[in-house]
Amino acid sequence: MTTRLFGEPVQRREDPRLLTGQGRYLDDLGRDALAAAFVRSPHAHARIRDIDVGPALDVEGLVAVYTWEDLPERVGRPLPLLIPHPALTHGRTAYPLARDVVRHVGEPVVMVVAADRYAAEDACALIEVDYEPLKPVVGLEESVQGAQLVHEDVPGNVGAHLVQEVAGADGRGAREAIETAPHTLAFRLDIERSASMPLEGRGVYARWDGRDLRVYSSTQTSTSVRMAVAAALELPLPQVEVIAPDVGGGFGVKIVHPWPEEVLVPWAAMTLGREIKWTEDRREHFVSSAHERGQVQYVRAGFDDDGRVLGLDVTILHDHGAYTPYGIIVPIVTSTQLLGPYRIGAYRVEFSAVYTNTVQVTPYRGAGRPQGVFCMERTMDKIAGYLGKDRTEVRAANFIGPDEFPYDQGMTFQDGRPLIYDSGNYPEMLRMVKELIGWDSFERRPGRGIGIGCYVEGTGVGPYEGGHVQVTSDGRVHVSTGLTSQGQGHETAFAQIAATELGVPIERVSVVTGDTRRFGYAVGTFASRAAVVSGNAIALACRKVRAKALRIAAGALEADPSDLEITDGMVHVVGAPSASIPLSTVAVLANPLRYAFDDEAAKATQFSGTSSPDRPPVAEGEEPGLEGRDYYSPIRSTFASGMHAAIVETDPDTAEITVVRYAVVHDCGRLVNPMIVEGQIHGGVAQGIGGALYERMVYDVHGQLVNASFMDFLMPYATEVPRVETAHLETPSPLNPLGIKGAGEAGVIPVSAVIASAIEDAEGFPIDRMPISPSELFDLRSRMR
Amino acid sequence: MKPPPFEYHAPRDLGQALSTLAEVRGKVLAGGQSLIPMLNMRLAAPEHLVDINRVPELAVMEAAPDGVRIGAAVRHAEVERAGVHPLLVRALKLVAHPVIRNRGTVVGSLAHADPAAELPAVLAVLGGSVRLARAGAPERDVGAAEFFVGPMESAVQEGELAVSAYFPALGPRTGGAFEEVTRRHGDYALAGVCAVVTLGEDGAIEAARLACIGVGPVPVVVDVTGSPDDAARIVSERTEPDGDVHASAAYRRHLVGVLAERALRNATREAQARGA
Repeated sequence: MTTRLFGEPVQRREDPRLLTGQGRYLDDLGRDALAAAFVRSPHAHARIRDIDVGPALDVEGLVAVYTWEDLPERVGRPLPLLIPHPALTHGRTAYPLARDVVRHVGEPVVMVVAADRYAAEDACALIEVDYEPLKPVVGLEESVQGAQLVHEDVPGNVGAHLVQEVAGADGRGAREAIETAPHTLAFRLDIERSASMPLEGRGVYARWDGRDLRVYSSTQTSTSVRMAVAAALELPLPQVEVIAPDVGGGFGVKIVHPWPEEVLVPWAAMTLGREIKWTEDRREHFVSSAHERGQVQYVRAGFDDDGRVLGLDVTILHDHGAYTPYGIIVPIVTSTQLLGPYRIGAYRVEFSAVYTNTVQVTPYRGAGRPQGVFCMERTMDKIAGYLGKDRTEVRAANFIGPDEFPYDQGMTFQDGRPLIYDSGNYPEMLRMVKELIGWDSFERRPGRGIGIGCYVEGTGVGPYEGGHVQVTSDGRVHVSTGLTSQGQGHETAFAQIAATELGVPIERVSVVTGDTRRFGYAVGTFASRAAVVSGNAIALACRKVRAKALRIAAGALEADPSDLEITDGMVHVVGAPSASIPLSTVAVLANPLRYAFDDEAAKATQFSGTSSPDRPPVAEGEEPGLEGRDYYSPIRSTFASGMHAAIVETDPDTAEITVVRYAVVHDCGRLVNPMIVEGQIHGGVAQGIGGALYERMVYDVHGQLVNASFMDFLMPYATEVPRVETAHLETPSPLNPLGIKGAGEAGVIPVSAVIASAIEDAEGFPIDRMPISPSELFDLRSRMR
Repeated sequence: MKPPPFEYHAPRDLGQALSTLAEVRGKVLAGGQSLIPMLNMRLAAPEHLVDINRVPELAVMEAAPDGVRIGAAVRHAEVERAGVHPLLVRALKLVAHPVIRNRGTVVGSLAHADPAAELPAVLAVLGGSVRLARAGAPERDVGAAEFFVGPMESAVQEGELAVSAYFPALGPRTGGAFEEVTRRHGDYALAGVCAVVTLGEDGAIEAARLACIGVGPVPVVVDVTGSPDDAARIVSERTEPDGDVHASAAYRRHLVGVLAERALRNATREAQARGA
């Protein structure tokens, strides 16, 4: 193989399109479509007494108004609970349009269809909904008291409760291990809500031609939206196509499906026989999509003189908002990934996922890991502080050794599979990050601190992805996979894989994702899985194509396939470059033709003399065309890891917090494209800085989200994000053919833990609650000093 | 996030603008950096918008030795580039981001009267004024002390147009400074202090005025000429900040004191430099 593109920092091929306004996002489509808009609940909790649409009927351009009563039975059912779990005893999902009761501000109540969005919003403003306000449940502690219920039939507001225990080597449980440990600590930690907040909100555009339905959605899973829409609208699957166009970020929120609008817009398009489009605006996104992160953790740890954790007991209150469409994946991930790179003596974790009258909680980049890592890393820092040891020394004392893989943590991961780490090298990674940040030479002084955070991330969950690779007679290679892209660089990374496997120049490779017309079987883009699962599927599909190309070329060159290789799109005999045939010609020969549409095609027609009269033109067991399809279904997740360190300065007077340096060492196995991985890390760290220092969802006691705009929800700008210094460690995954692990979420995971660690170091008092603002640091100083 | 219907007027000269305003009592659209979001969020629903961007008389900036007069259609970025007033330019660099400054207007920011905005503080500390015009009536100049009435409320009456603002120049041996703390670069200030200091021939402070933002309903002007060393305590006592989602009242009160000291120090340093 000479075309070695795998592992090279190839520039992102999608960037010229995306950065110069040539992208085709949802709202760029359907210019002539009718517009949908929604009347959304202004109350956090209320009973709907009456809806009067009368005043809206005079709005010029109004086409239709729908309430829950107008929906057919199948469309009006509660949205699916996507990931059931035995512990989710009281899972609840919303109706596409509210029926009787609204449970958070922003819940859709009435759908309006009009000639344009202006008219639709004018009509929305005139529709009168008579609400009987009910007492809202806001805040975790209020919720668990259970005095007021979010769902009448969910006692104590607890949707799920799960206890998981891993005994120590001596068979003792965590609580017993803590009781008898030489030292113990107990503390409480708080993490507030944030949200994925992609720059492009959600959106749906539907066209019905009388037989087939085409739906465009700004989604992270077009195949699954397709199945959900077909089911809800009772359409045969082949009559439904779903396409994810260019998507302006997802970060988790767009893996949830079907959103109410993903059912309602196609249904209305069919009902009215008109094209309809809905584009979410920013305020809608704040109050009607999803949030994440909010948890309270009660931690007890027992440890020895070296800081080795003998027992860890964590009780988590997880704020699930009003509904649980995505099950309890987030608290499960927190509970399991909390363990990080450590071997903990005995572990007990218990969580309650509780309902509140706030926007529902579903995974946001990191998906519960930032909370788990915050818990474990705060624990490590506290142990170090208690024992007077260096914080990295305590971590090292607890690391799983490089020779201990595969390492079974004894728990069940989010994919239902055992939590077994496949590979890693944590001591080496610690050495690297200490060197990168200059840990040992750091000069501590008041107002200047250094912090560290370590994590392990299960990536590339199943069940599977597929790849289809076709070489056409012009020598071009067309790759498609069913999962979607939201800007990750799949068009580049997957092309690198295909170009490397097939031996063709990358310029000849094109990649299509998220279009069910091109590839119908897929799961979706989430959980840092695209490179691992689709990447390997595409590699396997390419290997099929390569084998077929060599078989056909061997016939043409009168050589043995094992003596052939493909270089720069030419199949040639090893050591004899002149005995060669272009891959384009192989593609022609792979598809016996009756008719010649051009000179190249003439080579494959019946009188061209290329096929033997003694065999059928398409040999038994073969298919026409130079193409291949394959799937990769991982046995379980592959575990990436990373360690971040930061130097932070705090202003003695204004309490402003400045991240002076930020260092990342990251291990995602073999790198497909280091530049893309670094970009993913930079973006993740940026979101992590947001979660650590800026972003929060501020609900008042009435359940109103009082900072629901980019003016008051402080997503960091480039000016707030530090320069990120990175280094890579590559411990290949033994689980998949390419040896790769996921990288998409990594950057965000430990940031709150790292920043808390550094501020604590600078200030000299514990930081147990994130995010932290200058005002809060000032208040803490006032109390602590 | 689409505005409710409104009628749009685009007068071509000042007379037309004033008569339109007198007739329809609409909302004035200049740079639109505050008004358009409010319309889109349906927080404002005026029946008429009077767009003054095509009024040539308002697009004028006149710099004289004693001060600069800035017309109502002049953008932040134009004033910034012209560099006509060092303290004003320093404050403008703290206003949002370049793309917003390319559209937003100085007079619009004053008329918007956000209690955390920078430009009102500059006008207030300098004792500048805003010129208001009305169809069929003489123009009137309203001093900064009377112009800012309350949060998001100025002295501009219905049917009136703020046609220009006047920022007096800094005199000899006089320096200015603007110190603020924002959550993010370009955000409205959690608290901010604009200072102007004049030194006597002997180098001692002859006059020291501060205008504090984000800590009261309007810019709070404090004269600390008599006790510049006590500025932090004085402004902390004189201001009544509120807490909100970004900062507590106690923090803002502390912050404004810290910033008063810093602004005073920097303004004094500049005055020394200008006196040398």
